[in-house]
Amino acid sequence: MPEAMPHRAPVWDFLFGRLTLDSLPFLKPDLEGRIVLVTLVVVALGGVAILGYITKKRLWGYLWHDWFTSVDHKKLGIMYMILGTVMLLRGFSDAIMMRAQQAYAFGPQMGYLPPEHYDQIFSAHGAIMIFFVAMAYIVGLMNYVMPLQIGARDVAFPFLNNLSFWFTFWGAILFMVSLFVGDFSTAGWLGYPPVSELQQGPGVDYYIWGLQLSGVGTLLTGVNFVTTILKMRAPGMTMMKMPVFSWTALCTSGLIIATFPVLTATLLLLSLDRYLGTHFFTSGFGGNVMMYINLIWVWGHPEVYILILPIFGVYSEVVPTFSGKPLFGYSSMVYATVAIMILSYLVWLHHFFTMGSGADVNSFFSLTTMMISIPTGVKIFNWLFTMYRGRVHFTVPMLWTMGFLFTFTIGGMTGVMLSVAPADFLLHNSLFLIAHFHNVIIGGVVFGVFAAVNYWFPKAFGFKLDESWGKASFWFWLVGFWVAFTPLYIMGFMGVTRRLSHFDNPALQPYFIVAAFGALLIALGILAFIIQIYVSIVRRKAYAVGGDPWNGRTLEWSTSSPPPDYNFAFIPNIHARDAWTDMKKHGYRRPLEGFHPIHMPKNTAAGAVIGVLSFLCCFGLVWYIWWLAAASFVGIIVAAIAHTFNYHRDFHIHAEEVREFEHTGNWQAETQGARA
Amino acid sequence: MTVKRLRGLLLSPLALLGGCHLALLDPSGDVARQQSDVMIVTTIIMMLIIVPVLIAIGVVAWRYRASNKQARYDAEWDHSPQLELVVWAGPLLIIIAIGAISWIGTHQLDPYRPLDRVAKGQPVAAGTKPLEVDVVSLRWKWLFFYPQYGIATVNQLAAPVDVPIRFKMTSDAMMDAFSVPELAGMVYTMPGMQTVLHAVINKPGQYRGFSANYSGAGFTDMRFDFEGMNTHDFDAWVARVRAEGSELDTKAYDRLRQPERDAPVHYYARFEPDLYTRILDRCIDPGELCMSQMMSTDAGPPMQGMHEPPVHAGAASLVDTGKTVPAQAAAAH
Repeated sequence: MPEAMPHRAPVWDFLFGRLTLDSLPFLKPDLEGRIVLVTLVVVALGGVAILGYITKKRLWGYLWHDWFTSVDHKKLGIMYMILGTVMLLRGFSDAIMMRAQQAYAFGPQMGYLPPEHYDQIFSAHGAIMIFFVAMAYIVGLMNYVMPLQIGARDVAFPFLNNLSFWFTFWGAILFMVSLFVGDFSTAGWLGYPPVSELQQGPGVDYYIWGLQLSGVGTLLTGVNFVTTILKMRAPGMTMMKMPVFSWTALCTSGLIIATFPVLTATLLLLSLDRYLGTHFFTSGFGGNVMMYINLIWVWGHPEVYILILPIFGVYSEVVPTFSGKPLFGYSSMVYATVAIMILSYLVWLHHFFTMGSGADVNSFFSLTTMMISIPTGVKIFNWLFTMYRGRVHFTVPMLWTMGFLFTFTIGGMTGVMLSVAPADFLLHNSLFLIAHFHNVIIGGVVFGVFAAVNYWFPKAFGFKLDESWGKASFWFWLVGFWVAFTPLYIMGFMGVTRRLSHFDNPALQPYFIVAAFGALLIALGILAFIIQIYVSIVRRKAYAVGGDPWNGRTLEWSTSSPPPDYNFAFIPNIHARDAWTDMKKHGYRRPLEGFHPIHMPKNTAAGAVIGVLSFLCCFGLVWYIWWLAAASFVGIIVAAIAHTFNYHRDFHIHAEEVREFEHTGNWQAETQGARA
Repeated sequence: MTVKRLRGLLLSPLALLGGCHLALLDPSGDVARQQSDVMIVTTIIMMLIIVPVLIAIGVVAWRYRASNKQARYDAEWDHSPQLELVVWAGPLLIIIAIGAISWIGTHQLDPYRPLDRVAKGQPVAAGTKPLEVDVVSLRWKWLFFYPQYGIATVNQLAAPVDVPIRFKMTSDAMMDAFSVPELAGMVYTMPGMQTVLHAVINKPGQYRGFSANYSGAGFTDMRFDFEGMNTHDFDAWVARVRAEGSELDTKAYDRLRQPERDAPVHYYARFEPDLYTRILDRCIDPGELCMSQMMSTDAGPPMQGMHEPPVHAGAASLVDTGKTVPAQAAAAH
């Protein structure tokens, strides 16, 4: 329904759809306009500085040839991690704004955000943190580590991997553009109708198309990883010899393939309602809100396991490495992962026990939900017994793991509390729920990502991250988390509900002030992390390490740091679970002669081009700029077909080049295989 | 009873936290109290395993720290069938225990189930008629019909203590959740559908009621007062509503359903008797097609052996005990 624009000639309507100068919030004189304007100026200055630096250093060619068009899983993994970190800053700014509003808006004081703005912020916070922070991080980790762990030279479909990244990237850009052009959805991170049906303007459409882009990207990643793991493991690496991180990557990718199509279909139905006036989720004409809520959680609950499973994999690598012991109960761990994968499909209704399903249905989903805590509990025990009779080194990754074990166990307990249906009737939608899911997502996923970054960074870049800043970051995060969310647990018990932008009960204010202080501590944790990266880059010479800085156990530590493009000059034969430990034990010596040419995929611009075109298409759809949407859609099809005629997709790295690298790569003597 | 003692144990340290009442741990309505009991008991059962695990994590990590060369180091030890049996069986037993409690509690405290007691040891006397309240969530306020008294109120709900209340709920446009934490757990309200909640309040007093499901810009202000009163005060309150109230007809309702933030309390002494049903059936204004009519038209001619749904004429024929049902299915009963 394009709004009437009396002042504009039809040609402008044709060219710009419903995009007008009024759509630019930073031109408005109100407080919201000012906030957006300041943000825009900061982002613009930062952007100009970065672009200027790249131009001055003449890095565009390097970035384009070596990164943007790269099909190397390692580079794509790093780009995903950078995307996740940038989006973390955005999502966390939203969090700080929410905490500030809630600490401030009491009684006569309405706070600095009107509800229309506050609602956009919590919707953006949730959607960004899940789709563009957590997902980007775990896809980045799997991308980087999994092929190295299974002894592969790349993923099964390298071009698809690059395309997936660009879909996710442009989805994130679409979310960012909504900040400055138009507005964002106010319908929460899951876009519940009726709010998402009724909200006028482009906000919900930004949400829909941003998620559609990144959702397709994630789905392609899932297909890619499952194929890679099933078909490209090193000879001898049977499924039950595969590292647990790769197992969790397999299960997560399976979940992605099974559930992301549901998200795509659900959002498609919602967009049909919004664009074509259908009635899938409306209140009248046969539509039903409950259908959306069921469908979105059929995707949404497995989604949280998509996030946590690879992170369980991270801990399963970190604990054995720093305990100097194999993982306790490997088979239990694998079965527990598979059990969680299957059970995660069967619990979605626990997100709406209060929707009137009746006792039998609620009981069933209450039980299935609780059952998930059994394999999860087994995992906790297994990590515990891995430390038992070990030699535990409290490095930064291990500290994050310890923080996780304490925090996540408590988060798991509050989760089971919510799964008890009669208790959920009280706790549902309360701040207790908010505290719970931040407890498992921060205490589980985020801590795990930091453990993983500290653990695998030396592999990716050839130098370790600074210890003291790493420890500072950990303690700020850990303490900050508990300071920020304990008050929310308590207020949950008072029956305070979520998503409120103003309070009339002054007794709650101290709790919100404490929570805001906790958020500031977390901000220091993020700052310490950024400083940690910066300091480590500056001191990279001093922090340089060889291929195996941690006395690692799995294959990725058998190659140099950073690994060569081809990962392994010779694909090793695998005889045991902790393949690299096994190789070290048997006195493995890296061959230095007799190399063969290595067959590799070639970089391609097709992914970047299709990514830009799909962004333009979605932007056109958001603003009803139909010519742009149609033209770029045709462009996508043409580019995709044209890419199929590109027959120069592969090349060989000459044996000489391989030999050259194998002699000069970063393999410090004391960390080479010969040591053990 | 032990739960009571446990609750006291839980509350005493938390009471130091400030002047706030932890409504979910010590509610004033019997249904919420039983739900709270289930929560507390299951939490304590879980703590049987959580607390030792937390301690063990700390102890093991400290004892086997790399600098402690006294501790035994067994670089090969990676499985033990007995231990693995324990680590699977321990959580399983806990889950069996709380699963059983949840199963029973879910059925006993099903909001659709009429109450059989108003408090512990106080069964509902035979022949007691529950107080009927028909709830409509509007943007962004609450409308309460009292069909037994012929009155209606906005943003204020009163009920006599120790009398079972039966809420039938629907929504005008949004999806909301009727929530009075001190009274009973929340239940969603949805347009064109009816949900039910049975509850009772045991202590006189003023309690917070609100929507617990986000519904747009005015959601924050979507609050109401819930007043538990003794019978005498309740009768006086009804009389006051009758005396001060205006009339709620279709026109007044059309004004009422317009989005409004922070709406004041309002009383209605009279309402059109079938108004709630028409709201539920989504045919408020004359000439609007009722949902039930549309659905029976869509369903086509009845199949042999099936009852033809009656053409809905705005009659109050909705079932009381149905699950969340579209109005048409409700009307067909």
